[in-house]
Amino acid sequence: MPKEIDRQELRRMVAAGAQLVEVLPAEEYVEDHLPGAISIPLRHIDAEGTKGLDQNRAVIVYCWDVA
Amino acid sequence: MSPRAAWRLESLGFHEVYDYAVGKLDWLAAGLPTEGTNAQKPRAGTLARKDVPTCHLDERLIEVRQRALAAGWNAAIVVNSERVVFGLLRAKELAGDDGQLISHAMRPGPSTFRPYVLAAEMAKTMADHKLESSPITTSDGRLVGLLLQKDVLEATGNTSS
Repeated sequence: MPKEIDRQELRRMVAAGAQLVEVLPAEEYVEDHLPGAISIPLRHIDAEGTKGLDQNRAVIVYCWDVA
Repeated sequence: MSPRAAWRLESLGFHEVYDYAVGKLDWLAAGLPTEGTNAQKPRAGTLARKDVPTCHLDERLIEVRQRALAAGWNAAIVVNSERVVFGLLRAKELAGDDGQLISHAMRPGPSTFRPYVLAAEMAKTMADHKLESSPITTSDGRLVGLLLQKDVLEATGNTSS
């Protein structure tokens, strides 16, 4: 079950090597994204779209907010 | 959107999936740096004057006025010990009775803006609402600084008001 994390945990985990993924549409990623994040829009999260991710390392996803 | 993405990743075999549910809005509102085409554009948080005088509810107006004027300001922001913004003192409020408590003299609950708002958007908002200055705060209400309209106009290359 995915676990919710806050900003402090995110920073700590990214520093420790977690993969960071923005799932918003690509144009929003182009304008602004968190340092080090890659773009995989929600509709592209499938076997093909996630090929570049390591399944054995932590992955953090984010979008705009809780809405 | 991110909860669905997190669950989908788990269904694809990812073992350790986390959801930063409050997302990019939370990050930007905290004034943290980003990457992307907007990253180098001036924003409210970077333009806000961090040296704006602050004061507390239980101070007297004369003390705050003297402190503000000595620092070259005709404004001060009322905060608590956590730097959460309670009110604003512009020139009009600062000119009140010497002995007045700040809690009575201040303009309470001023509109605040987040640090990530682009200067171009702030220029329009401040012009539309005739704001010469606006407090910039993080999402939890803590003061970042006071944004002056003249600084926004200068940053956006618009010298007319």
